[in-house]
Amino acid sequence: MSEKTVDRVAGATPVRIARKIRGLSDRAIAWIFVGPTIFLLLAINIFPLIWTVNLSFTNFKANRINRAVEYVGTRNYERILNDPDVWLSMQATAHFLFWTIFFQVLIGFTLAWLINKKFRGNDLWTTIIVLPMMLPPAVVGNFWTFLYQPQIGLFNYVVAFLTGRDPSSFEMLGSVDLAPWSIVIVDTWMWTPFVMLICLAGMRSIPDYIYEAAEIDRASKLRQFFTITVPMVLPFLMLAVLFRGIENFKMFDLVVQLTGGGPGSTTELASIHLKREAFEKWRTGYSSAIAIVLFVTVFGLASIYVKALNKVKER
Amino acid sequence: MSYSVTESSKRQKWVAGALVILYAVITLVPLGWIMITGFKTPPDSISYPPKVLFEPSLEGYVNLFTTRTRVSKETLESLPPPDNFAEEIVRNRDMVIAGPSKFGQRFMISVIIGFGSTFLSVFLGTLAAYAFSRFKIPLADDLLFFILSTRMMPPIAVAIPIFLMYRNLGLSDTHLGMILLYTAVNISLAVWLLKGFIDEIPREYEDAALIDGYTRFQAFYKVVLPQAATGIASTAIFCLIFSWNEYAFAVLLTSGTAQTAPPFIPTIIGVGGLDWPAVAAGATLFLIPVMIFTIMLRKHLLRGITFGAVRK
Repeated sequence: MSEKTVDRVAGATPVRIARKIRGLSDRAIAWIFVGPTIFLLLAINIFPLIWTVNLSFTNFKANRINRAVEYVGTRNYERILNDPDVWLSMQATAHFLFWTIFFQVLIGFTLAWLINKKFRGNDLWTTIIVLPMMLPPAVVGNFWTFLYQPQIGLFNYVVAFLTGRDPSSFEMLGSVDLAPWSIVIVDTWMWTPFVMLICLAGMRSIPDYIYEAAEIDRASKLRQFFTITVPMVLPFLMLAVLFRGIENFKMFDLVVQLTGGGPGSTTELASIHLKREAFEKWRTGYSSAIAIVLFVTVFGLASIYVKALNKVKER
Repeated sequence: MSYSVTESSKRQKWVAGALVILYAVITLVPLGWIMITGFKTPPDSISYPPKVLFEPSLEGYVNLFTTRTRVSKETLESLPPPDNFAEEIVRNRDMVIAGPSKFGQRFMISVIIGFGSTFLSVFLGTLAAYAFSRFKIPLADDLLFFILSTRMMPPIAVAIPIFLMYRNLGLSDTHLGMILLYTAVNISLAVWLLKGFIDEIPREYEDAALIDGYTRFQAFYKVVLPQAATGIASTAIFCLIFSWNEYAFAVLLTSGTAQTAPPFIPTIIGVGGLDWPAVAAGATLFLIPVMIFTIMLRKHLLRGITFGAVRK
């Protein structure tokens, strides 16, 4: 009886609506649409991450598969605390992070401020300035080693020309003192436009009437800069720093090509150190523990920072 | 005459313009140097002082695409005269062309993996972004944050288990393996960017289509997709640039059949060390597509690099 009712209703329903009923519900479509993405991320990001956690408690070596794997408890993590190499790589990373962000913010903000003067052709020059940041870091890093050659390199030649020193008297990549700065220079060259673009967006978001009101109140240009421009751009600038911070904490390709972590381990950033432990010394268990520590550090620092960022935004 | 307090004076504009142009010129020097080094001969490329004026040569490009073997003077003289310019350049260095180099092949692998992963991530990303934008999904914010957080992991950290996983599944050094991997990395960007673009399309369009008797899927396909075309195109270019530039996974997980160009270019070896003109030629060919894409993208650049956090 009930089936007959259904048939009757279906028969009486115009084709258009019937098609809609037969179509999937919104809820089903939502899951069909989101499902594959979540599945892919679980398979290629989360599953490996869990596996890394698991490996970090073992003495597994990926180049000796047949060796019995033993669980060693938290020994790998204890070893990290006492491993001077890990601390050296953290120091190198901190130096790299601090100075790249310092120069990029300084130059990027200034450039954005200048471009915001809206001189003729500023769009064209902005596009040109932005070019380096989109390029493949490994290829660029490799080529910068050529610019940094003692004697024949263009960088050394220009520095020698400007300072009157002998161009073969210093090695940017080979000397312990200069190598950490050589990677800061290339990263700054590449990524200053990123900070610049974000600052520029911040400056362009400030409505004109705020400056007009300040002008009526006879606030000096300098005062307008510090009480309007800087605070209004600050949330944007902090966002830029967040992105650069996360990216440079993970930094691998550019520096591997430039210095390979050398000389010695002066430019051995966290990721490079990790690569050496995992794929050169094949200490898979131990390097998994380092990977987890790095991930937790990035995630923790980023969360704290985002909280601070939200506070600044609310102000 | 109209006067605006926010408009800078002529002199200020002039000074600002000059400083910005100065910076732009300095920033272009390394790029320009790559391009001109590709047209130098190896001796010119390592001369001191660095040569700005030189006789252009295609030796770098010839060396990039060929492998060469050194032959004795007698053998060289016994050979028939060179039949093309490449052979002639190589013979001047007492060598003969032995065969093509791996560069063309690596370049093609970059193209295949780049387009494959871009297509997949934009396809999956558009579906997911539409769902996040239009439907009530439980814990949507948490899911979106989860998708973004996968970007914070250092690639090397996940490379260890992926290396092991791929070895077990037979995916190591395969196109499919790299395409899936790059898709997984790109999809967070694709979802976040596309969600922003789709959010900007008024819902009313779809509602009207639904009332006209379209199914939800038809409304998505025939109304939303065409509206989101610009957004989808710029997202695709961002994904393509990422896969094109990626190095860490490529160098750790591939060695031959699926190795893209970035790990290959630095390994171009000439006689007695790196062959810089060939390296520069390879770099130039590899950089030019990215530069063209960047210029095409300039309006959406900011949005792309900030995952849609900053919109102009």
